[in-house]
Amino acid sequence: MLKRFLALAMAGTMALTMVGCGGSGANESAEGGSDVIKIGGIGPLTGDAASYGVSTKNGAEIAVEEINAAGGVEGMQMELLFEDDECDEQKSVNAYSTLMDQGINVLVGSVTSACSIAVSGESQKDGILQITPSGSAKECTATPNAFRICFTDPLQGQVMAEYIQQQGLSKAAVIYNNGDEYSKGIHDAFVEKFAELGGQIVADESFTTGDVDFKTQLTKIKSSGADCLFLPFYYTEVAYVSEQAASLGLGLPMFGCDGWDGVIKQLNGDTTNIEGGTFLTPFVPTDSDEKIQAFVSAYNEKFGADPDQFAADGYDAIYAIKLAVEQTGGDLSNDALIDAMTKITLNGLTGDMTFDENGEPNKSAKVAVIENGAYTAKN
Amino acid sequence: MKNKKNIVYMAVAIAVYLLLFALVETGTASRQMQNLIVPVLVNIILAVSLNLIVGFLGELTLGHAGFMSVGAYAGCMFTVYCDLPVYAELPIAFVIGGLTAAAFGFIIGIPALRLKGDYLAIVTLGFGEIIRSILNSMDIVGGSGGLKGIEKSGNYTVAYVLTIITLIVISNVIHSCHGRSIKAIRDNVIAAESVGVNVVYYKMFAFVLSAFFAGVAGVLYGQNLGILKPATFDFNKSIEILVMVVLGGMGNIKGSIIAAIILTVLPELLRDLADYRMLFYALALIIMMLFSSNPTLVEFRQRIFSRRKREVER
Repeated sequence: MLKRFLALAMAGTMALTMVGCGGSGANESAEGGSDVIKIGGIGPLTGDAASYGVSTKNGAEIAVEEINAAGGVEGMQMELLFEDDECDEQKSVNAYSTLMDQGINVLVGSVTSACSIAVSGESQKDGILQITPSGSAKECTATPNAFRICFTDPLQGQVMAEYIQQQGLSKAAVIYNNGDEYSKGIHDAFVEKFAELGGQIVADESFTTGDVDFKTQLTKIKSSGADCLFLPFYYTEVAYVSEQAASLGLGLPMFGCDGWDGVIKQLNGDTTNIEGGTFLTPFVPTDSDEKIQAFVSAYNEKFGADPDQFAADGYDAIYAIKLAVEQTGGDLSNDALIDAMTKITLNGLTGDMTFDENGEPNKSAKVAVIENGAYTAKN
Repeated sequence: MKNKKNIVYMAVAIAVYLLLFALVETGTASRQMQNLIVPVLVNIILAVSLNLIVGFLGELTLGHAGFMSVGAYAGCMFTVYCDLPVYAELPIAFVIGGLTAAAFGFIIGIPALRLKGDYLAIVTLGFGEIIRSILNSMDIVGGSGGLKGIEKSGNYTVAYVLTIITLIVISNVIHSCHGRSIKAIRDNVIAAESVGVNVVYYKMFAFVLSAFFAGVAGVLYGQNLGILKPATFDFNKSIEILVMVVLGGMGNIKGSIIAAIILTVLPELLRDLADYRMLFYALALIIMMLFSSNPTLVEFRQRIFSRRKREVER
């Protein structure tokens, strides 16, 4: 009896695997249809970084639905094909090949930096337009076919250095994650810019991914005479630091980068210890801007959660493609689209932006403040 | 008899290459499949080399990704900083990668090989994590952001040649006097020692040889992808390789090859299941493991196959 059941289970799995194989073949036949713009997306939908990929995918889906509901672009409908890369470079390239088999016209991705760089090594050969929504490492746009929506890491550090000095603070204490490129990139640029502007870095402490106790670093900072604390890392650690800083009675104003997005949820909504914390972000869901509110309510309706900056980046990437296609007048050839990217002006959720030949966006920074358990946009 | 077998293997190797060549050059294979050739071959080298320690020497190590990363970084650093023509640069890079990994294998082996079983597993696990942490904080190799700008000169021909070399070397070693000593240590250390097998030497030999090929596989991985990131070589990667060895069967080289192919290609074939992909992958893995090792199921499987054989004979 047991054997028979197992045999059935085996057969079932086999059959499903076969279905899996068949599916990818079926999509190929649709290739070459000129009334559809096929947009390939790559990002982590499973694994540690899954939340970034899922958000980006959701944001992009909303944009595609909006555009299609409004009649498409130049008479064409958009279709989003999103593949998982598990935040692994090899799998990201695998995902790219799968998408190319399906005949994509444009690529949005990958969501993370290293994957994006690995994919651009391949996409360069095909010459396809690649827009990474959130790959912030400098090399993500090294190839001529690659563009990005988000800020680069060094730029965030520079902008925050300027912002903090504008607040009349000149003695900064910094903690950063030296096992994380993002954190290190912001830190290095911040330290350089802050000193250049006449400020002083009185304490420069580091930790590595996985650390939860920051009391040693914070105690040193307490005795260093700093008048502000810059924390360029992700929200999980920011939550720990804010609590431990409060327990040590540090009482310094705190500043951070866009990785802070999500810290209120991490603190279960209790922001007493981080009240007044200010961070650079491309997107604040509570922004009163009409476009942003429309996006937030559409996102909430569809996915039952507030969108984060990754969702906004994904949304903006799709609209950048729409503008580029309009610019070419419906020409979907790779060169025309890449050329068009530098000519468009996108009024996106993450700010108004244009793109230069290096693939970098020119856009202004937004600052968010944590007040009474919510993010408040501050311009 | 032995010669005949070798000729058959050689013919199979050449036939498989010609098949790959035909599929790729005529464009019959999809982009997805073409792109998977090198990762599959990398995994075959990794699985077969790990099998030497786990299957033939009978020791459990969880640091294979560590050796792979050391080799990958050493070999790829060479190609980044030296501007030799590709045909000269690439072989040197593979040798450098392999030798560096082998050197690390030797250094780690001195203290680690005094330990046995689960203790050795934990020590090698620790080694892998140390390597990763060091690479993370070394700016010269790009730190946590990874080593970028590696020329992508690895292709399926290079990968195939390397795989064949690996298979020839490892299967020859196993069938040699060295190999028999290694297997003797696995089966009974005391008995092996009593007939004069130098346990320390042969353990080290297997360890270093395995590390060498892991390093070569690492260089191939980097050359194919163009970027190396320390986070790729975490202990999950070691486990992934170990799963291939276990699924293919301890001490079974053909099994390792087949398992490496299946476990690399399967997740890609399951892409159409979208959200359920990883679930089905895990499920398939469990079923495959049961099917290949559970005594009842093995008997069941054998009965099916023997029945079919009888039908064919009829």
